[in-house]
Amino acid sequence: MSGLELQDVTKRFGDFTAVDGVSLKIPQGTFVCMLGPSGCGKTTLLRMIAGLEEPTGGAIVLDGGDITPIPTHKRDFGMVFQSLALFPHLNVGDNIAYPLRIRGIAKAEQRRRVDELLAMIHLKGYGDRPVSRLSGGQRQRVAIARALALSPRLFLLDEPLSALDAKLREAMQVELRQLQQQLGVTTIVVTHDQREAMTMADMVVVMGEGRIRQAAPPVQIYRKPADAFVADFIGSTNLIPLGRDGTLLGRPAPGLALTVGADGGKLSIRPEDVQLVAPGAGEFTGTVTFVRDLGGTIETFVDVGGTPVTAVATPRERPGFKPGDAVGVTLPLQSCVVLKG
Amino acid sequence: MRREPPRGLADYAPLAFPAIMLVVFFVVPFSTMIAVSFFQRDAAGFYSPAFTLDNYERFLSAFFGNVLGFSIMLAVMVAVVCVLVAFPFTYLLSQASRRVQIVWLVAILSVLSLSEVIIGFAWSTLFSRTAGITNLLVMAGLMGEARALTPGFGAVLTAMVYQALPYTVLVLYPAIVRRDPTLLEAARTLGASPLRAFLNVVVPALRNTIVATLIMVFVFALGSYLLPQILGRPQHWTLSVLITDQAIYQSNMPFAAAMAVFLVLMSLALVGLTLLVGGRREAQA
Amino acid sequence: MSATFLRRILFSLVALFLAAPLVVVAGVSVNERQSLTFPPQGFSLSWYGQIFTDPGWRSALVNSLTLAASSAALAVIIALPLAWFLWRRIAPWANVFQLLGVAPFILPPVITALGFLTFWATVGAYGQPWTAAISHAIFFVTLPLVTLSLGFNSIDRSLVEAAATMGADDRTVLRTVVLPLILPYLISGYAFAFVLSLNEYIVAYMTVGFTMETLPIKIFNALRYGYTPTMAAVAVFFVALAAVIFGLIARFGDLPKLLGALSGDDK
Repeated sequence: MSGLELQDVTKRFGDFTAVDGVSLKIPQGTFVCMLGPSGCGKTTLLRMIAGLEEPTGGAIVLDGGDITPIPTHKRDFGMVFQSLALFPHLNVGDNIAYPLRIRGIAKAEQRRRVDELLAMIHLKGYGDRPVSRLSGGQRQRVAIARALALSPRLFLLDEPLSALDAKLREAMQVELRQLQQQLGVTTIVVTHDQREAMTMADMVVVMGEGRIRQAAPPVQIYRKPADAFVADFIGSTNLIPLGRDGTLLGRPAPGLALTVGADGGKLSIRPEDVQLVAPGAGEFTGTVTFVRDLGGTIETFVDVGGTPVTAVATPRERPGFKPGDAVGVTLPLQSCVVLKG
Repeated sequence: MRREPPRGLADYAPLAFPAIMLVVFFVVPFSTMIAVSFFQRDAAGFYSPAFTLDNYERFLSAFFGNVLGFSIMLAVMVAVVCVLVAFPFTYLLSQASRRVQIVWLVAILSVLSLSEVIIGFAWSTLFSRTAGITNLLVMAGLMGEARALTPGFGAVLTAMVYQALPYTVLVLYPAIVRRDPTLLEAARTLGASPLRAFLNVVVPALRNTIVATLIMVFVFALGSYLLPQILGRPQHWTLSVLITDQAIYQSNMPFAAAMAVFLVLMSLALVGLTLLVGGRREAQA
Repeated sequence: MSATFLRRILFSLVALFLAAPLVVVAGVSVNERQSLTFPPQGFSLSWYGQIFTDPGWRSALVNSLTLAASSAALAVIIALPLAWFLWRRIAPWANVFQLLGVAPFILPPVITALGFLTFWATVGAYGQPWTAAISHAIFFVTLPLVTLSLGFNSIDRSLVEAAATMGADDRTVLRTVVLPLILPYLISGYAFAFVLSLNEYIVAYMTVGFTMETLPIKIFNALRYGYTPTMAAVAVFFVALAAVIFGLIARFGDLPKLLGALSGDDK
């Protein structure tokens, strides 16, 4: 297979298992985002792919060849570190030229390639500047250009945008995605920011406690989460416990009863799918406990027989409820996902 | 690149040169000295191999008891005076601007690096009859006639404090600089005056540092070998001076070595005590 | 009483105490005639000239500078691979060598000096000039060891990892990333060892005292035969040299940071 394949990759640090038997196939040219809370093993997995950590078990296969025993410096990958790891003793141009220089590539060729990369990251003419005189976004771009200087077989990024402010981060996400599409390089980004993952990825890999919880395209992750962990981690959701007998919020829910196992389960419904209607008009009745008007969206918190349910609407929809109001709640069946456990 | 255990012999290669140098030129000389302390003095050369405890027995005389007692008393006084001056000084220095700190640190390092010979010479000049401070007192009309303040105990003590003070400041500096400033601010907001806050909050918080510093300076002062010779009378000679004297002028290497071993044991015991105090500080933190 | 006022008083007193003997020595060094009087009588810089023109003083100066330059270099050569190894590898027992590197500096100097004296006498090399260089290198290896350890620990490990992902092997990383980054620490370590070696008396005296005169040995010998203003000139020269070197370290390095670790590791 052309691309990267992880086969039962495991990493233990003493008694602690950081990565627990991860298997995954990433086709050539895919943009993958590894997403998960801190400590879920995503960075350790990325470092094993880069060769910076040695797997305790399993194999990492690239384009059909096992690369597990190959040391980092012979893998020809490009990597962007969370701290960016720009060399403080070298200027911008020398930083980008570093991988070329240590391979003994001719000076003229180095200069040509550096100019090309500087143009690519919109920093033409910045080659002679010291790294310390760059802004955060500029440093970010230099780190990316340096990692791409050798046209790597794999482009790895560890929380690359976490140091940037929100506005710049969103702009860089788009830029990074466009750059990747232009180059067609297989790219793996580790992030804890789900918006970032949704913006850039072809495939989102959600990790929790060292295991892959779900690997799928972003929309599918959002619409069809594999379990409660994924549903809760990606975006916000209402997780409503289902009764053992197939009841929902104390009422029979015939459409759901079939899929619920004997141990009960949870129903996930996104707040924007919850419909609030006049009291008595919906499937359920509840009481509004709090309203948060964020300008662009209005969040209404409802208590339905002791279970909290959140609904999000745009001002155009004019939900117009106040705390204490009685309200009807409808959960459209096609938007609900039943999750085990 | 993470830290990893060495795998092959090649990974140990960088250690080879430093290890050989330190073993051959520090461990071996040190062991040689210990061995020599059990040897016999040889009038013709340096010493001849033997096994005798005579060199250690000589300590048991009243003379060496006095020298040891004086050495310890002098070192204790130097340590106490240095910490009393250096602690408030370093504390105030840590609150000064970075630029002021750097200027002071350069000055302190320069004095610290001064040869004992130069310190001894400088103070003997300052305390001399022709060029000393007494001339200033005469000029000010406070004294009838200039006189020499050396040799004497005061001169030895002053010069040794001069030598040890920069060392004390540099030992205290990191601990005081890294101290939690909010502690003091909290005391200030609760209504304590700066001096009161210093005495009630800063000093107790750094009590273990102060004890450790006292011991460090004490060991440092024990090592002073020239100032008592240049500025003192023979009764002001310390163990370090006697070691030099026995080794060089009396050519009694075994006895000098035995005294040195004794001094090492005493210093080690005190450094161990420092570590113990430091360890307790870690445990408390 | 305000803190600022207290600080001024204490700073002035300490400054006075530290400067007083040096001021007197500086005053004596410019006396016109060969006498030690203060305030100086007349003004002359001829005693400074003596350091360079008088054969005895000049050869002592050359000896001292040669000794300091070579022993500091050797100290750095010993400390560099050791500090690198301790930073690069997990080998707890190797810390023994760090302890050995720090020990000569903490023990009373007379002991280290006596150790060298017995050793060189036993191997039959007593009095050779190179024995002083090796002895000083071991005696002062602590200084480059501490500054270099600090330098290595201040390197962000992701820099090294980044170099590896770009194709640099261990040797290349050392040459292109690690060495340039620790250069300031290496220079400060060298400078500390140089200045202290220049001023060191007892180890030099016990190893080569009867065959070679360094400046401190020469001053001490001169003390016993009467004082001359040249000695004062040498003392001033030394203070000035130390101040210039430490000033340069402060100018190009982070002195407070260096000292924060120096004493911290001494304990």
